[in-house]
Amino acid sequence: MPTIVVEVMPKAELLDPQGKAVAGALGRLGQTQSALANVTGVRVGKRFEISIDGEADADALAAVRELADTVLSNSVIEDVVGIHVQDAPSSAVA
Amino acid sequence: MRIGVVTFPGSLDDRDAARAIRLAGADAVALWHGDHDLHGVDALVLPGGFSYGDYLRAGAIASLSPIMTEVIDAAKKGMPVLGICNGFQMLTEAHLLDGGLIRNEQGRFICRDQGLRIENNASDWTTGFAAKAEIVIPLKNGEGSFMASDETLKTLEGEGRIVARYIGGNPNGSLNDIAGVTNARGNVVGLMPHPEHAVEAGFGPDTDDAMASGVDGLTFFTSVIAGALVAR
Repeated sequence: MPTIVVEVMPKAELLDPQGKAVAGALGRLGQTQSALANVTGVRVGKRFEISIDGEADADALAAVRELADTVLSNSVIEDVVGIHVQDAPSSAVA
Repeated sequence: MRIGVVTFPGSLDDRDAARAIRLAGADAVALWHGDHDLHGVDALVLPGGFSYGDYLRAGAIASLSPIMTEVIDAAKKGMPVLGICNGFQMLTEAHLLDGGLIRNEQGRFICRDQGLRIENNASDWTTGFAAKAEIVIPLKNGEGSFMASDETLKTLEGEGRIVARYIGGNPNGSLNDIAGVTNARGNVVGLMPHPEHAVEAGFGPDTDDAMASGVDGLTFFTSVIAGALVAR
């Protein structure tokens, strides 16, 4: 059963308070962990894993693209930044 | 006049909205998100709350509810529809209103009495206000920052479709201090602040006269009732 992954991010030009809060925490960690000292920003988005019956062919991808544009994202505030077929399932449910 | 209030899973302010409608002089009709029936109401309120726990995006899943088919149809035919807070978010998600709401810029939930200037007193829900009236009603949300493209913003401003603007400081980063907008026809209005919480002395915002005596929110509801009487 293939899985199609959809990734959605807040629009680049909009403030992302969630990312800002995470970046703030990393900044505080960076004072003690030098590996984090060069982090300059964080943005938080969403990843959807859509399981489908049948083949992840062009038709299936087109249907998911439609879903991504109309339901999974709101084009006023977000961009769909990626749609791809997942190579291997992340987990198998018996 | 009969005004419907739609309850969604996670609605919080449906009862307050119904009470506001009754205090304004109309009958409140409880409607259910899972029905395809508006029970013949003359106007609609989509109340505040956290439908579906704000999953996906605030208001997004509720905007796909069964009853929204009828709500969208009625709104397009001219029925007055007021979306408050989560209801405003639903109206943008349903494409009945332009723009969208994102998390407050400071990342905090804001709950306070908020000053507003009524910028458009020609919408179905604001005819009872004087031009540029300044009012105080509660604001309480985490995702109330109004966003729109430059082009949309120009259209909204150019056509006078900003219903209310925040005064005394922008609380959440909304573009152009926008607290509420309307559609081109003026029958659909979305507001982030809550008029239904300022309708009864003793339970509203403080005023210069007395504590908790603010009833500025009542005018949204009396406006739509007065408009219906004129229409008859």
